[in-house]
Amino acid sequence: MPTFTYMTRCDGCGECVDICPSDIMHIDTVYRRSYNIEPNFCWECYSCVKACPQHAIDVRGYADFAPLGHSVRVLREEASGTISWKIRYRDGREKLFTFPIRTTPWGSIKPPSAYAAPDAAALNTPLLAHEPEVLRVPALPTLRAQAEAG
Amino acid sequence: MGLFASRKTRIVDTDILIIGGGFGGCGAAYESRYWGRGLRITLVEKANIERSGAVAHGLSAINCYMGMRWGENQPEDFVRYARGDLMGLVREDLIYDIARHVDGTVHLFEEWGLPIMTHPETGHYLREGKWQVMIHGESYKPIVAEAARKSVDAVYNRIMVTHLLLDATHPNRVAGAVGFNVRDGSFHVFRAKAVIVAAGGASHIFKPRSVGEGMGRTWYAPWSSASAYGLVLHAGARMIQMENRIVLARFKDGYGPVGAWFLLLKALATNAYGERFEAAMLDEMKSLVGKYAETAPLPTCLRNHAVLQELKAGKGPIYMHTQDAIDTREKEAIGWEDFLDMTVGQAVVWASQNIDPKEKPSELITSEPYVMGSHATCSGAWASGPEDVAPADYHWGYNRMTTVEGLFGAGDTIGGSAHKFSSGSFTEGRIAGKAAVRYVMDLAGTRPQVDDTQVKMLRDEIFKPLENHAIGRHEIVAGCVAPSYISPLHGLQRLEKIMDEYVGGISTQYLTSEPMLSRGLELLTLLKEDLDHIGADSLHQLQRAWELKHRVWTSEAVLRHTLYRQETRWPGYYYRGDFPKLDDAEWHVFTASRYDARSGTWQMSKLPVHHIVA
Repeated sequence: MPTFTYMTRCDGCGECVDICPSDIMHIDTVYRRSYNIEPNFCWECYSCVKACPQHAIDVRGYADFAPLGHSVRVLREEASGTISWKIRYRDGREKLFTFPIRTTPWGSIKPPSAYAAPDAAALNTPLLAHEPEVLRVPALPTLRAQAEAG
Repeated sequence: MGLFASRKTRIVDTDILIIGGGFGGCGAAYESRYWGRGLRITLVEKANIERSGAVAHGLSAINCYMGMRWGENQPEDFVRYARGDLMGLVREDLIYDIARHVDGTVHLFEEWGLPIMTHPETGHYLREGKWQVMIHGESYKPIVAEAARKSVDAVYNRIMVTHLLLDATHPNRVAGAVGFNVRDGSFHVFRAKAVIVAAGGASHIFKPRSVGEGMGRTWYAPWSSASAYGLVLHAGARMIQMENRIVLARFKDGYGPVGAWFLLLKALATNAYGERFEAAMLDEMKSLVGKYAETAPLPTCLRNHAVLQELKAGKGPIYMHTQDAIDTREKEAIGWEDFLDMTVGQAVVWASQNIDPKEKPSELITSEPYVMGSHATCSGAWASGPEDVAPADYHWGYNRMTTVEGLFGAGDTIGGSAHKFSSGSFTEGRIAGKAAVRYVMDLAGTRPQVDDTQVKMLRDEIFKPLENHAIGRHEIVAGCVAPSYISPLHGLQRLEKIMDEYVGGISTQYLTSEPMLSRGLELLTLLKEDLDHIGADSLHQLQRAWELKHRVWTSEAVLRHTLYRQETRWPGYYYRGDFPKLDDAEWHVFTASRYDARSGTWQMSKLPVHHIVA
């Protein structure tokens, strides 16, 4: 279901260009608004739809298997940590869902350098950062190498 | 090159270079910073790490979690499971290594803010199946990307890395990588002491079922352009199990996930007549693969095989009976979230075709093949294992280092290590990140040397598709048909057709043979020659050109490995018509290859499969 951009909503900000994993949202040089330059490389991942501040991007199901008349709209709200979906069927039925997306404030992750530097000798052990505590078992499991021939 | 002589070159010096900002790369970023406090660590990504890689879309489950703290599973259990699913052929040391560390990774994700569903009574993570936990994973990638961004010195987004660089003074040692900026066209040279390749596996090397617009709705992301393999094999790294492509049984066309429906909601699949068919085929499967048909749970390839046999018998379509599984609003929400978190397109298919899963069943189909190292399949580079676990011949100093010194891998890059998924790929990135720090520390002052002549040659080669187009387009009035060049899409479609028709794609029901593969190789060789004549009319098309080259290089490995293994090891993934049965006496081994870029030759060999878990 490739994306498309509504002419009257897009203000050409380029958020979709910046986020698209497939590099297919580009700014049209005449209209100064975004459009999908390569619908057959669109994974319908909705990254651009979610990122658009103007809600200017929508999706029309892939022409080779999706009949017309449907819509799947989304509102992703980082402040409240939720994502809401509105699904409209070809026959008019609607379904609404809201799901959480994150339990902590955006930007709150503690970087690895904010932890005390590990002991240099630990570099030569199999232990990874914060182990074994982060495993919530007493010790990192190991296995004596017992290769069978061939 | 005359036409583009004014192009800017940017040189970046770093200790550790991480190529690819998906889950493997983000894990490598975090761990290499934890251990390498004073090192310069650089992450380069062809898109934007906020939403890049296979998890850009989101995910609805974490498919690799032991639950050791609750005594749910031990790493040995996971090795047995992955080995069974891959018909006996896996690197048990690598799988064990991921399994013993992966719980810590998932606990970090939860601490960072990933909502993991919990069981209302036990408070444990809500299990989808034995190994999977359910998450609200729409923002899985942005959360993990935040941790990665805070770990490295610099993230270079929108850089397409095309080649690795080898050390001018020390053969078979990595020295960095080159590529170009997809936005401004500048040429980038990264000089590094260690390189971790965490790029993506391969979609779009086999012709997809969908046509036209729908070709973007492959099961694996269309931006997974085989760079995981193209980069490392071209640098001379030994590759294994490249024939071990994967085929997925998924909801038709949308390719929505089936795990939650089968495992959590307990939906059943039947043929068009409402009959269950898997168990009835057990004897037929035994005649092909012997004892492996008795593996519990039934290996992924054999489940595909059952679907295929049923379709060939005219008993399709195959249906997933979602309508029998949804009896509460809560279950309905879980079923929908499964798609909305990770495959919105499936929701669109349902809305457009008036399918309410609560009311009627949905078709299942087997997908086109994919080549990757992180799902129920394990193509990739031959890597050194963990020193306390790996058998002697699986270990050469640094964990997850390939056969090229200083070149590490994670995620789809590393072969033999199936069932990593998101959490395991991040974990493998962590393992590689720590090992790379150790390698750099041991290397001390001897920085690898980049050969400037080689870099200049690569620079010309990288931008040649722009030149091909700029010159060739003057021969024609307009349009996309020219006598001297083809577009990246033209080349891609030729590749997909060759692989589909000769190497076991959908049009032959995944069947191939020695004569078919030999003919396919002739055609693929012609396509390789035509890669010098790709025409790109923009930087975006230049990216597509290099994605195509990585796909073609990888496809040749896939073809040659398929030719080399004279058995049908994974019925349901592909069939060798001339060797229709599994042959443990000859082929209980890894297939290995090494490509020599200078001579253009391939060396094939067998490597032993050691069983270290009973």
